[in-house]
Amino acid sequence: MKTKEAPAAVTNACKLCSPLGAVLAFKGIEGAVCILHGSQGCATYIRRYMISHYKEPLDVASSSFSEDTAIFGGSFTLMQGLDNLIKQYRPALIGVATTCLSETIGDDAGRILHDYKKERAGQGLPVLIKVSTAAYKGTHADGFVSAVRETVEALAKKGTKNDSVNIFPGMLSPEDLRNIKETAEVFGLRYTLFPDYSETLDAGQWGGYELLPPGGTPLEALTDTANAAVTIELGNSAGQGETAGKYLQKEFGVKRASLPVPIGVKATDLFMEELEKAAGKQIPDKYLKERGRLIDSYVDGHKYVFGVKAAVFGEEDLVVSMAAFLDEIGMIPSVCASGAPAGKLENLLREAIPDFDAKEITVLEDADFELIEQAVKKISPKIMIGSSKGYKISRKLNIPLVRCGFPVHDRAGGARIAHVLYKGSQQLFDRIVNKLLEDAQENSAAGFSYM
Amino acid sequence: MEKLKILEGRRGQVFEKGKDAFKLNCGVKSTSGAVSQRACVFCGSRVVLYPITDALHLVHGPIGCAAYTWDIRGSMSSGPVINRHSFSTDLREIDVIYGGAEKLYKAASQLIDKHKPEAAFIYSTCIVGLIGDDVEAVCKKLSEEKKIPVINVDSAGFKGTKKDGYKAACESIAKLVGTGDISMIAPYSINILGEFNLAGEAWIIKDYYTRMGVNVNAVITGDGRVADLKRAHGAALNVVQCAGSMTYLAEIMKKKYNIPFIRVSYFGLDDMTSALYDVAAFFEKNPEINERAGMVVKDEMDAIMPGLLRYRKALSGKKAALYVGGAFKAFSLIKALRVLGMDVVLAGSQTGNKEDYEDLKKICDDGAIIIDDANPQELSRYITEKKADVLIGGVKERPIAYKIGIGFCDHNHERKIPLAGYAGMLNFAGEVYSSVMSPVWKLVLRNDTFGQKRSRP
Repeated sequence: MKTKEAPAAVTNACKLCSPLGAVLAFKGIEGAVCILHGSQGCATYIRRYMISHYKEPLDVASSSFSEDTAIFGGSFTLMQGLDNLIKQYRPALIGVATTCLSETIGDDAGRILHDYKKERAGQGLPVLIKVSTAAYKGTHADGFVSAVRETVEALAKKGTKNDSVNIFPGMLSPEDLRNIKETAEVFGLRYTLFPDYSETLDAGQWGGYELLPPGGTPLEALTDTANAAVTIELGNSAGQGETAGKYLQKEFGVKRASLPVPIGVKATDLFMEELEKAAGKQIPDKYLKERGRLIDSYVDGHKYVFGVKAAVFGEEDLVVSMAAFLDEIGMIPSVCASGAPAGKLENLLREAIPDFDAKEITVLEDADFELIEQAVKKISPKIMIGSSKGYKISRKLNIPLVRCGFPVHDRAGGARIAHVLYKGSQQLFDRIVNKLLEDAQENSAAGFSYM
Repeated sequence: MEKLKILEGRRGQVFEKGKDAFKLNCGVKSTSGAVSQRACVFCGSRVVLYPITDALHLVHGPIGCAAYTWDIRGSMSSGPVINRHSFSTDLREIDVIYGGAEKLYKAASQLIDKHKPEAAFIYSTCIVGLIGDDVEAVCKKLSEEKKIPVINVDSAGFKGTKKDGYKAACESIAKLVGTGDISMIAPYSINILGEFNLAGEAWIIKDYYTRMGVNVNAVITGDGRVADLKRAHGAALNVVQCAGSMTYLAEIMKKKYNIPFIRVSYFGLDDMTSALYDVAAFFEKNPEINERAGMVVKDEMDAIMPGLLRYRKALSGKKAALYVGGAFKAFSLIKALRVLGMDVVLAGSQTGNKEDYEDLKKICDDGAIIIDDANPQELSRYITEKKADVLIGGVKERPIAYKIGIGFCDHNHERKIPLAGYAGMLNFAGEVYSSVMSPVWKLVLRNDTFGQKRSRP
């Protein structure tokens, strides 16, 4: 059967460009700033977009291309930009992310950095790390993974082997990162979480303006990632490409555990098991209790969620883990959508969800919100779960939206949304159940005041 | 406190009144690595054309530019809302290698069939020029096939500053102006240029002029319609509100259609009042317009004065810092803040020109910092030094104010509350009041020792 011609345009993208992911990853390094090698707008748009979610200052420099630069190359302007950035910020590290413009004119940012280091030798330069993020290749999630890998490749150095754990968590919220750190600490582990923007993108009051916000993974810790006992890498999609964890395994023989984003009981159990192995001790009582409470709440709420269809959208990692979580509590992730290029999502979902075919799950790869809207209209899920960009569909089709992931532009506290581990899953579960109850309550003719 | 060392490339762009010799170097591209608050050429054209609600706005390039500008303006529409979608050709590596013109043609063609817009704007972003797509040819072909104007907006981000984007937008609008029927346009008719109907501001202003007996022929581009733009050459006068973006279009229309223009501002009581009387003065042949303008001013002032005075009492003596897009707006804001008894200690803009900064210099008090194309370091430093109580700016400036521990008022294009006109002045005062007077600042340690380690509250 001949289907309708596929749309050539994207209408309301369900993805962002790769430099944004790199900016986020670099925010997780202590004393780091980032410069985007391209037009001034790229840096400003990305800042604006991220500031609206994190509600924190987010200084990103640009090499501010002009027409001349586009013709003659960006070597001079990038070097000048680095000089100025060093003068103003005195950073420990500068992340240099390319854009579609500098990539297309064929600027070799790696060579420029090499020349720059040579020219400024002996001046006590910060660490310079280049990541290639042409916007026409992949999405913000790819930019994030690349920046993490490039940083580890640049910094990891062989030293004395130790028993520490590298945790590469992927694109989680600052709240999630804090929960992971706390857990590693309760286990008594020596660990390196990277990136760690739990403080830099969700800080307290400073009493002034900090050009380099406190927090982030220290450089020494990144150097030491080569000597860890194991790397725990979260996120299913990361397992498919080149990752920091794979690099450390190949170059330094650091064991690697690739786990899904720990949302729900089963996925968190896997994470806890890895921590148990690494710490050589059993899961602390605290987490057994949290696990118990989570399962107890599943029981209390099971009727309200069982068989309920949901639409999930966002980054592949989040969508896959969220869908597995919904499956665990008896909901049906009927629409699973990501803006990431086609090829991975369906396979990852098949692995994550038993009876995948029986569940009649519509998988939308390379999707925009127009495509998602069509699917949601057809399948009529009772709830939508994803970024605040789903709001338009939610409003139009009158389907409640549980905001999570990135970005959340229309609510306070986007940085403090919890998704992972028993505690975060608990909050997520309560939010989903309550959203369904709220919807039922508001749409009931008489209203009700008991569950 | 040690004096802030301004980056070499920026030395001519910061000025302290009463201290330095005034020779502000503006209109230049941002210094590399300076962490400018500015965007790019694409941003300039996108913000101006965005409020044309019945047009298709298709961003030709990789996904970022379209994604970051999806529905970011607070421009309201009384009808169609095609503009609130974000359309992109989402170029991939293969398109960059083999060219994206074919994809553009297909994308635009499908979207026009689906959304049936009155016109289509194709924004050519950074890499489109580089890979050599013949966008003009695609536009021409589509215009003929679809029988609507399809216009290439030349907005490669690197081809200048945001101002060049304004210019590209003006050129695009100028292609539409003059193509409609003007036989039915009333004699006392004006176009308002550079009023974008943020939070419904154009409707407030239109109401004033209507009450004066003046017909608003087209608002360019607030609550904009392609048909209005086509008939814009039928007005007797162009009233330019956002001077930075629209003076160029006013000049084109003066040259081509002999329509004179005046510069006005709708922010603050003085400027709003002048904006009404200046239009009345233009139509001096009909003195009734002037009379009715007087009535509008009186009625509106009577309505807001009691509230305004209450705010003034609380805000008197407080200090404000401004960092806005165009410098002409800063000028109005300073006057508006004076009405509230407030002093302005810093006034800056992203895109001011020499004239604007001259005006700013005249109106500012000694000691005030005047700054072009600032960055977070400069802003935070001067705001701290000058002990401002509130910063007026946009989204990117908000966390700077909050981290320093002072109030913030959003005067950017995302605002949800109308700040123009008389009612807008009352809203503005209310906004400033509700931030500056909040008890939260008592919990925050406001520190004057910038950049040094300090104890936490």
